[in-house]
Parts: sequence; C-alpha cells; structure tokens
Amino acid sequence: MIGAMGTSLDEIRVSILSDQDIVAARQQGRALAVRLEFSPGDSTLIATAISELARNIVSYARHGEIRIRSAQNGERPGIIIVALDDGPGIRDIRQAMRDGFSTSGGMGLGLPGVRRLMDDFDIVSEQGKGTTVTVKKWKL
Amino acid sequence: MEVPILKQGSFLIATVQAALSDADLLQFRSALIQYVVRSRSQGVILDVTDLDVLDSFASRTIREISLMIRLRGAETVIVGIQPEVAFAMVQLGLTMEGVATALDLDEGLQYLNHRSKTATS
Repeated sequence: MIGAMGTSLDEIRVSILSDQDIVAARQQGRALAVRLEFSPGDSTLIATAISELARNIVSYARHGEIRIRSAQNGERPGIIIVALDDGPGIRDIRQAMRDGFSTSGGMGLGLPGVRRLMDDFDIVSEQGKGTTVTVKKWKL
Repeated sequence: MEVPILKQGSFLIATVQAALSDADLLQFRSALIQYVVRSRSQGVILDVTDLDVLDSFASRTIREISLMIRLRGAETVIVGIQPEVAFAMVQLGLTMEGVATALDLDEGLQYLNHRSKTATS
C-alpha cells in the first residue's frame, strides 16, 4: 500500500533499549533490504548503518526507536530508516558530523560514517528534546 | 551467546557468530584473553566468516582483543571478513590498523606458523 508521501504504510518499528536491540534492528533492516531485492553489498551497508544509528541511541539517549520502511523515488525503490530518541539532543550538529568527533568514548565515526553508507541523510536535533536521523538508500 | 574457542596445537581458534550483542562481544573478549593466558598460546585465529555486520563497536573490540593478546606476546589474525563487510567497514572509516588479517582459516594458520617459526629462529 502506498501512502500520500510515496512511502509504504507498513513500517517496522524496533524499540531500542539495550545493546541486544541493536542486533534486532539491523537484522530487521537487512531482512527488508533483502526482500526489496537490494544487492548483498547494499544490504550489508544498510544493516551496518542501522547498527550505528541504534548504537548512537543506546550510547547517547539510552532509549529510542528505529523505524524501517520501503519507499519509492520515481521508478527507484528504496528503504528509509528513521532513528529517533528523546534524549539530550546534539548541541552542535556540524561538529557531530565531522569525522573523529565523539562525546561518549572515542568511537567518533557514527554519523559521518552513516552518511557515507547511505544515499540521503537528514538530521534534526533539539537540545533537551531529542534527535531524529533519517537516512535513505535507493536501488541502482 | 558464547563463542566457541578451540585449541589447535599452540594456537587458539575462535569462531565468532553473526548475532553477537555488545555484551556478548565483551564477554568473549575476557574469555579469550583468559584462555590465551591459561593455554600459553602463541597465536589466535579469530574467524569472523559468519559476521554479517562489523560496525564501529565490533571493529574496535576486535582490534582491542588483538592488541591485548599482542601484549601477552601472542599474535592474532582475523580471518574471513566478507567482501561486503569489508566494503561497509571502509565506508565507515574502520581500517583495523595494526591488526593482521587473512583470507580464511588455512591462510590464517599459515600466517601464524610462519610468525612462530621466524620468532624462534
């Protein structure tokens, strides 16, 4: 079923409360990518991006949610992943998007890395309210 | 979930499964290092063939394992990183610098055998 925004209404939601949920989220994402006939390579990129986004939630916000759904961009099918939390928010997004920046123990690759793995990347964050990261990958 | 660790001569072979959580990985890290100490192993093969994702945490933990074991005087070699996984790791910026890698178990064993021969000669 296709919604008004050209996205599927069937959405997979995985609530992220602990490191166990990171594994569940990326498995769900890979399953949908494979169902949408993404290549094994792209399915791995998608699963890895979900892993990093879910990890950010666990590290910085403690709990949040990963939403995964299929999408359509003209003729091109794709996948949309939304990572949302109501954590402390990111004070300086520009700094967070720079390689090597991390405030929770030296991983520092999260967001810029995720941007490289995916086609589209969008982040909205408000201090004290939370962060929403939306990433998309389109089939070739 | 436990990671099986096998002893093969003076080497250890650990086969990491696909669905390891962060907690599982950390538990594996301490179990493996204790095993290296107990068995006086000279080399460790970490087989990650089954891993479908190596994200920043897993890469960092595996790198730490390798560096810790080196401080014990033993060598670690990571084998079986899948091509798609390698591609994703490079895109993420994870290079595993300073960690030995080999194609598969056979090449990993060859690498360790060669290392222990040159070390004793």
